Amino acid sequence: MAIEVRIPTILRSYTGGAKTVEGSGDTIADLLTDLDSRHAGLKDRLITGEGGLHRFVNVYINDEDVRFLGALDAKVNDGDSVTILPAVAGGAFAFAAAQALRG
Amino acid sequence: MLTIDAAILAAIVAHARRDHPDEACGIVAGPAGSDRPERLVPMENAARSMTFYEFDSKEQLRLWREMDDADEEPVVVYHSHTATEAYPSRTDVSFAGEPNAHYLLVSTRDPEVTEVRSFRIVDGAVTEEPVEVVNAVVDPNAVQKYLFGQSPTTVDYECQTGS
Repeated sequence: MAIEVRIPTILRSYTGGAKTVEGSGDTIADLLTDLDSRHAGLKDRLITGEGGLHRFVNVYINDEDVRFLGALDAKVNDGDSVTILPAVAGGAFAFAAAQALRG
Repeated sequence: MLTIDAAILAAIVAHARRDHPDEACGIVAGPAGSDRPERLVPMENAARSMTFYEFDSKEQLRLWREMDDADEEPVVVYHSHTATEAYPSRTDVSFAGEPNAHYLLVSTRDPEVTEVRSFRIVDGAVTEEPVEVVNAVVDPNAVQKYLFGQSPTTVDYECQTGS
């Protein structure tokens, strides 16, 4: 069994239009590396230059936001469903302040 | 161009007024590929801020799954600015992750005049678009003035029957 990953509209250019792809790995970081081997460029849209999960996306394992499960170190198992969504956020706030708020 | 029902637009503005001075946010879902905003879903602003909004991540997952099951998509993503103009901030542009959505901004900075403007935000590029309000009914008790950043190309007003 593999791990099913749901891809949002904005990232489907990396998956040939596919809404769902499959991958494998022990952690979210491993899974994203595995996906990037077949969908080059996908990982860079999700992980910052500093190696953290990008603040503009939400990644879920089944029903849980991975930020509460160890972020990129969160464990995944065969049969899990991983969902990637663009975070819906914004506002009149200055960008630097928004970055600080989201951490 | 964004074509939106007057009742849905009025409900969005009412939500923005109700949550003022905090920013209000939500979506209007519609059948995938239709470009028709039909189902208003006001969301809690998890940031509860006057200058920032964000959907609670779990609420968002629940809603996005619900839309997926119903073959819907977020046709409109709306939020309010409560002290500044209804124009996407740099923060709005950075976060904009729905290339097919109309980003509707409502400014509530003036208690008597509501600014409503709609934008496409794709790859960091902001393009304003006209707003067409359909099924508008003349409300004899209306005191709210609307100021559209870009005048609608057409506004269909239907006269109230029996008045």
